[in-house]
Amino acid sequence: MNLRFEVIWNQLPMFANGLWNTVWICVVGMLLSLMAGIILVLPLISRRRSLQLPAELFVDVGRAIPFLMLVYLVFYGLPSFGLVLDRWTTAIVCLVLYNTAYIAEILRSAWANIPRGQLEAGRAFGFTGMGLLRRITLPQIMIAAAPVLGNQLIQIIKDSAFLAIITVPELTHAARTVQANHFVPFESFIFAALMYWGLCLLIEAGIKQVEQVRAVYAKY
Amino acid sequence: MLNTEIDTDTIPAVHLLYLCKKFGRHEVLTDINLKVVPGETVCLLGPSGSGKSTLLRCINFLETSDFGEIFLHGTRVAYGRSAGKKGLTEAELAKLRTRVSMVFQHFNLWPHMTVLGNIVEAPIHVQKRPRAQVIAEAEALLLKVGLLDKRDVYPSRLSGGQKQRVAIARALAMKSDVILFDEPTSSLDPELVGEVLSVIKQLAEDGMTMIIATHEMDFAREVASRVVFLDGGRVLESGEPKAFFRRPTTERARQFLERYVR
Repeated sequence: MNLRFEVIWNQLPMFANGLWNTVWICVVGMLLSLMAGIILVLPLISRRRSLQLPAELFVDVGRAIPFLMLVYLVFYGLPSFGLVLDRWTTAIVCLVLYNTAYIAEILRSAWANIPRGQLEAGRAFGFTGMGLLRRITLPQIMIAAAPVLGNQLIQIIKDSAFLAIITVPELTHAARTVQANHFVPFESFIFAALMYWGLCLLIEAGIKQVEQVRAVYAKY
Repeated sequence: MLNTEIDTDTIPAVHLLYLCKKFGRHEVLTDINLKVVPGETVCLLGPSGSGKSTLLRCINFLETSDFGEIFLHGTRVAYGRSAGKKGLTEAELAKLRTRVSMVFQHFNLWPHMTVLGNIVEAPIHVQKRPRAQVIAEAEALLLKVGLLDKRDVYPSRLSGGQKQRVAIARALAMKSDVILFDEPTSSLDPELVGEVLSVIKQLAEDGMTMIIATHEMDFAREVASRVVFLDGGRVLESGEPKAFFRRPTTERARQFLERYVR
């Protein structure tokens, strides 16, 4: 066995570029999904069945379709309807569509676990509608959901590897390219895998931080 | 000539007429008539399930009463069938709620805000009063309930008694006409009850208008200007605490007191 890690060293800029693309695509995807998730959770927690149903359907479908299938549908399927998205747009659109469903469900279950008395106190002190949501409900949902949202970010990063298939130059794509050009499959893929791991370690450290802060006020 | 000088002391802070409330087919409040004038401390007594909490919750519209009238400081705010619902939007109800603040059995502080944050939250964001002034007032209230040193602490770090004192300061910060207490010491460890009751007693001496649902008979006897005895959703007795505790007129009240007072 003759491993040639010096090739990886020489191709470092390629990997760095891939890593950077993975990071920004995932962070942008996460932020947009979070915003969309916050909007989608409103009908989910509303008392009106007519609002609830379509939102539940979206969540259900979103969680039932494999991510790769969604990417294929958007990238190769939508052009049949005259809607051609480039690979970057496809990447973001798919990450957001896919994760909004998960995030909305995460937020909904966080909401379900807030002690009702606190929301009632909000109403008793004159908060209504958006004010109640913004000042009382949403902060508590976010605090309760923070660690789970962190895990979802890890999930997004791992899912984003599929984007290599539509030639988004992210980390997996970079590894594949180096492998193909220099015939170093193990070195290339193990290096990319380690970078994914490093990324996840960073996020996990972040989650730990959040949990420490949270311990101060989440417990009641 | 009309007398334009209205003596505000004679206008009841809270006036209920024939208030009724049903949960499904179960009638929890029946024909409640209650007049609370400013400065009064009214203690609601009665067995669990007698309707004390529901009555308080109807007064600040967390529950919608089904029939009867509610006057707050002389203004008729709810009337007729489904009193509270009819003609009043959620925003109008919210505005009314700020005139009647509430202290809950389980404190219901907002865990994501500091002690000070809990107190200034509604005055700043609901009543839109100037921030600096509200904070200064909140600090004075914290001093009053003996918790100024806990100003920047989160509720999770407080004992039950401290939480309830913060909740009382939060209610006071609204500068409402009336404060409703829903069994304020029922979820406290016995050794923490005293500190909360002494704060409430101080408020009574200051002339705050209060309606207090409680099982603390000694407290009611000492602090209440009037006690109202509820049973099965009806007011059975209402009067001077001394007379009530010495010689209740109804058999139900007699039985109740035998169980509660040694």
